Amino acid sequence: MIRTLILSATASLLAFAAHAETITIATVNNGDMIRMQKLTDDFTSKNPDIELNWVTLEENVLRERVTTDIATKGGQYDVMTIGTYEVPIWAKQNWLLPLDNLGDDYDVADIIPAIAGGLSVDGKLYAAPFYGESSFVMYRKDLFEKAGLTMPDAPTWDFVGEAARKIKADNTDVNGICLRGKAGWGENMAFLTAMSNSFGARWFDENWQPQFDQPEWKETLEFYVNLMKDAGPQGASSNGFNENLALFQQGKCAMWIDATVAASFVTNPTDSTVADKVGFALAPDKGLGKRGNWLWAWSLGIPAGSQKADAAQKFVSWATSKAYLELVASKEGWANVPPGTRTSLYENPEYQKAAPFAKMTLDSINAADPNNPTVKPVPYTGVQFVAIPEFQGLGTTVGQLFSAALAGQMSVDDALAQAQQVSVREMTRSGYIK
Amino acid sequence: MSRAVSTQTKFGWTIAAWLVALLIFFPILYTIITSFKTETEAIAGFDLIPSGTLQSYAEVEAQNSYFKFFVNSVILSVGSTLLALIVAIPAAWSMAFAPTNRTKDILMWMLSTKMMPAAAVLVPIYLLFRDAGLLDSRVGLTLMLMLINLPIVIWMLYTYFREIPGEILEASRMDGASLWNEIVYVLTPMAVPGIASTMLLNIILAWNEAFWTLRLTTTNAAPLTAFIASFSSPQGLFWAKLSAASTLAIAPILIMGWFSQRQLVRGLTFGAVK
Repeated sequence: MIRTLILSATASLLAFAAHAETITIATVNNGDMIRMQKLTDDFTSKNPDIELNWVTLEENVLRERVTTDIATKGGQYDVMTIGTYEVPIWAKQNWLLPLDNLGDDYDVADIIPAIAGGLSVDGKLYAAPFYGESSFVMYRKDLFEKAGLTMPDAPTWDFVGEAARKIKADNTDVNGICLRGKAGWGENMAFLTAMSNSFGARWFDENWQPQFDQPEWKETLEFYVNLMKDAGPQGASSNGFNENLALFQQGKCAMWIDATVAASFVTNPTDSTVADKVGFALAPDKGLGKRGNWLWAWSLGIPAGSQKADAAQKFVSWATSKAYLELVASKEGWANVPPGTRTSLYENPEYQKAAPFAKMTLDSINAADPNNPTVKPVPYTGVQFVAIPEFQGLGTTVGQLFSAALAGQMSVDDALAQAQQVSVREMTRSGYIK
Repeated sequence: MSRAVSTQTKFGWTIAAWLVALLIFFPILYTIITSFKTETEAIAGFDLIPSGTLQSYAEVEAQNSYFKFFVNSVILSVGSTLLALIVAIPAAWSMAFAPTNRTKDILMWMLSTKMMPAAAVLVPIYLLFRDAGLLDSRVGLTLMLMLINLPIVIWMLYTYFREIPGEILEASRMDGASLWNEIVYVLTPMAVPGIASTMLLNIILAWNEAFWTLRLTTTNAAPLTAFIASFSSPQGLFWAKLSAASTLAIAPILIMGWFSQRQLVRGLTFGAVK
């Protein structure tokens, strides 16, 4: 009798323990992520033995928080939202578990190759993309028409510069172009690094020697500062994604080169005053074979310290599957599906109809090559960043110098000279330059 | 005897004081105003008259449950302050009434721990918390907040205690009071205004602490600072929602400060006028 009691008690305890598996997911406060939180009933009804805990944080706090936890193997998170910058670095440190058990119907081959490439190390996928983005030109069709200009599908920087200046001269209340100026490795340096790729510049040569003293960087930064001075908004050195989004939505920019994910915001009539007047084009080039667009994917990875890796992998598989895209489409319409991760989405006629920017987004993503980002050879991967741990700090320092050049606090030459100096010091200190 | 002050000067000073107060309070006021705007209005530029929509509050509540974070904030701030007082009252007593040659050095050393940037000890503390199983626990965070505020609590109490004549304590000793009785029945009642203002100030400090509360918690022990942090977004407009979340987070402490302002002011100026 007692034995039966003990046995049944143990069994129920075990059942309870099995029932109570809770995984903690760290994420950022982006529209697509918030939508996913609302749709998790679908996951928990299919997996009644798994409960989900969400931690939403600001991007930089999240990055710091998650890095501390993963570096100390704190085990606080089972699923982390990370970008294409972290994945290769962390995978090499063995901080992430390879995703080799995503299920039979997951269809890894359907992930857009450029994105999968950015999330893989030695052919193994270390994070699954939740949404992917590149950057492209968003422009006002009405203003271009008024100015007698036609935006080509693949413009050059020279055309963009001329068009911006002409429209600015014709209109007193509209800026010819809005670009990022706020300092930060993920702010102005994301844009400028991608732009510099198309001008033939690079951060480092094959021996990790910084290249800011080369003519390509001077040409890039001069073009950018002059263009913004002639045709950009006032106080551009404090504008980031959100500030430019606000300007564009209020009809204050004729062109804006930024993340493809902005397309769904600027074409949404509830927030945007120019929703029906926006056209899209590939990021500009200089005829050197590289375009000035970047590649980024917010992705879900599993830290090596997670005690619940199986449950975590089930969740990652659910959130990044084809079925999830269909779930979002059925609840919120095709226009709200997280973009940029699966080839099949771009072949879907319903999606093409709902998202006029679909083709240009896919073309932009495909035009970026994180493993071969520059005209001249480089020892690093990453389009708008250099995938080394030191880049966060160095990128932000250089970003501050370039932001100061934009604000007119220092000359382009001084900014580049100082950028070269700090880069040489940092790369020597970190042991890249022997 | 007070100096004669003309009505005009008085009026001038009152206006000046109100202007300074408004200037200091304005960012908070504008946050509250913005919380009643739509996102489009919030980014449209400076405007003191909101449309009065409650949309942001509804969205904030739908996305995250406020109450859970609020309860954690109350537990952490009140708990850490009470704990700090239990340690600090005897410490301040010994420094004020039984000083040694080293008392001043010890006081300075305690204050110097506040000068260290918190980020410098993040990893060691994180490892200690991990090994003790204290990550994301209210107990761990209460201890942490108690420790970081302890120097301020001791300093404040020390200055208040110094204003109390040692003779009164001596008299109680002559009457046969034990050390315990001396601290609990003689010193503490006399220092109530000082203790109250120390308590209030430390509750506010602990309530607003946003370094450790964000970094040592995930879900269970996360207070309102984490609630606010979850509404900032790198891609998308969020000013109205962030303002609504901030207003909700600061409202309790603002109301508490309003009702206890007399104690706060009396405590802060206690001993300042001879």
